[in-house]
Amino acid sequence: MSAAIEPAIALRGAAMRYGARTLWTDLDLDIEPGAFVAVLGPNGAGKTTLIRILLGLTALSGGTVTVGGRTPKRGDERIGYVPQQRALDRDLPIRGRDLVRLGLDGHRRGLPLVRGDVAARVDEAIDAVGARAYASAPVGRLSGGEQQRLRIAQAIAGRPLVLLCDEPLLSLDPGHQHGVTELLERLRRERGTTILFVTHEINPVLPYVDRVLYLAEGRWAAGAPDEVFTGERLSELYGTPIDVLRVRDRIVVVGIDEESHHHEH
Amino acid sequence: MDNISFYLQQPFAQHALLAAGLVAVACGAIGPFVVMRRMAFAVHGTSELAFTGAAAGLLIAGNAVAGALCGSLVVAAIIGVLGERESERDASIGVVLAFGLGIGVLLLGYYHGFATAATNILFGDIFGVSTGQLVLLGAIAVAVVAVMTGIYRPLLFASVDPEVAAARGVHTRALGLVFLVALAVTVTEAAQVVGTLLVLSLAITPAAAAQRLTASPLRATLLSVLFALVASEAGLVASLASSTVKPSVFITSISFGIYVACRLGGPFVQARVPRTA
Repeated sequence: MSAAIEPAIALRGAAMRYGARTLWTDLDLDIEPGAFVAVLGPNGAGKTTLIRILLGLTALSGGTVTVGGRTPKRGDERIGYVPQQRALDRDLPIRGRDLVRLGLDGHRRGLPLVRGDVAARVDEAIDAVGARAYASAPVGRLSGGEQQRLRIAQAIAGRPLVLLCDEPLLSLDPGHQHGVTELLERLRRERGTTILFVTHEINPVLPYVDRVLYLAEGRWAAGAPDEVFTGERLSELYGTPIDVLRVRDRIVVVGIDEESHHHEH
Repeated sequence: MDNISFYLQQPFAQHALLAAGLVAVACGAIGPFVVMRRMAFAVHGTSELAFTGAAAGLLIAGNAVAGALCGSLVVAAIIGVLGERESERDASIGVVLAFGLGIGVLLLGYYHGFATAATNILFGDIFGVSTGQLVLLGAIAVAVVAVMTGIYRPLLFASVDPEVAAARGVHTRALGLVFLVALAVTVTEAAQVVGTLLVLSLAITPAAAAQRLTASPLRATLLSVLFALVASEAGLVASLASSTVKPSVFITSISFGIYVACRLGGPFVQARVPRTA
């Protein structure tokens, strides 16, 4: 890693423990600006915890973390967050554009009065995700894919340097999964946004991912997808024999307990 | 019609109209958040417990309004502590509600004043409240509206999208507690106008009606305030005109009528919202 470029995200000797349980220790990681990083691992490996740490909502048990050179703290304007897909209430009295606007000034006091400059930034974010056609509809009536696009618009409205996405493809059909990953890739390309993408399934994002952080069994592995997704590395990580197959342009991992790997929520 | 213009010149009626209007504005303002945060049962619970507070107030100081207000703060604190998670909130309210009402019955047994005091708490008696108490109700309603205006945006954020709100620096838990206190105080106030049993007609019905007409949160809130205001003021005037029927009867009926009208007209409005697959 070049010393000249400040990493977008840097972890040094980072450790996370809950009581006697160790999620990971001695985690050293530099993520350069504009990288597309996939975070993988079984249920309970500490993927969502890592996001909470980067958001400044949870403190590390040991070591240091910086985002854009500073220790993250809650409400950091430079960090965008797309949470796990959770369907919004059907009758929620809120439109797509109201949801997007909350990402800009929802933390401020007072009423959300009409303001030209705010509206312009909301429109920009809505156009960036291609959600104009349904931005004025009640969000609760929209499909999962449409809601997810609006959540991404909400996260990028403040033009963050780093975008943290927690399982953004969960419960989306393959068509919408493709649309959302393409969208994130375009944001990275056009704006240089660093994207950290928590997922249990590497294949939908494989074409775009520069680096993989794999968390499992209290250990971790990081590198390019080809370096991490080898039988040797994953066997070492899990402590059991694992085979990695390449079928056309897909990665198939054999030997990991499917229960813990796929039904995460 | 003659007796309306006669009553409207009387200070007691003017004060009642003013206080009821302020209370209605406070109710209308909290309503959309009550619906969004699924806290209808919290409204019902705190309003019923206002009965216990009022009974205690009557017994200790001869002042039902002050007792109900103090009681509502205690109730808000208990619900806030016991029902930290949404999943356990309703159960904890139910537990506190049942015990609290039992105490209310006990307290009322020791009270040897007018028996109507109890029914007034249950069904409301805005005309029977003293001028000093009306001033107190009005002042608190103004305070609630001021607080709701101040916390509107972060509370909306926390209600719709708690995880992202927390990440963006909104103190969702503290806001939830502030809202709970605003709710408890508002509900207790509304209990003076329509009675503890009928509070939902001002705290929920207008918001539920408004939600049928618009998906804009701010417009829904303003409509909710408008509906609550129309129901309570028109209800008071109708009660003055009839002079035998309590205002709560008219207020709940008008409020319900508005809801039914919005419900019937609402699907038509919603259907015009542009939709794509």
